[in-house]
Amino acid sequence: MTQKEIRQYLPYSPPFLFVDELTVIGPNGITGNYTYRKDEYFYKGHFKKQAVTPGVILTETMAQIGLVCLGIYLLKDELQNGSLPALALSSAEVEFLLPVFPGEKVTVVSRKKYFRFNKLKCEVEMQNGQGKIVCRGVIAGLITKTR
Amino acid sequence: MTTEELIPRLKEIIKPYVRNQEAFNNLTEQTDFLNDLKINSANLVDVVLDIETAFDIIIDNESMEKMLNVKAALDIITQKLGEK
Repeated sequence: MTQKEIRQYLPYSPPFLFVDELTVIGPNGITGNYTYRKDEYFYKGHFKKQAVTPGVILTETMAQIGLVCLGIYLLKDELQNGSLPALALSSAEVEFLLPVFPGEKVTVVSRKKYFRFNKLKCEVEMQNGQGKIVCRGVIAGLITKTR
Repeated sequence: MTTEELIPRLKEIIKPYVRNQEAFNNLTEQTDFLNDLKINSANLVDVVLDIETAFDIIIDNESMEKMLNVKAALDIITQKLGEK
């Protein structure tokens, strides 16, 4: 399954799509990136005096690339007959190490811990343009096909 | 392994996922993982995977779907141990 095919199955659209590119795709993990646009809507209020990417958005970015894109890839054989992926986040435990400012490009690296009984659990790490770890954690979700 | 031997091992496995301590303390074979122990349904997968590791068994989808209470879990563990 190609990057383009995975992206077609993503159920998000701007301003809540945080996947620009997938660079490594495989059964045990996935790597992708996203550049936060300087005019993302959340920068207007987070914060009043200086724009910083909210932790929930970093977590969402890690989940969209690390969990959802990988989950779609892992379901590829079941998605061939017009089925769509159905997904739900079930847990996220994330620590934040550095701030991410408007315009920064981040790279998400996800390693599969397991995919069993429709639950995908991954160790996910986000790096900034300097290769420094911005946040990392364990994210899990339920992913299956709709019909 | 008898039920008396299995229950303490099972309790050790499910302990981190339990949200109702009282039901856990009074656990019986009839105790339901979701309704009594208030385990998050997504965490049932982790319970099953921890059972697989602890007992060195493989649990299939059909067994997983049945594993909703202590008795069902004990029956499946016993069955899978017997097949080894």
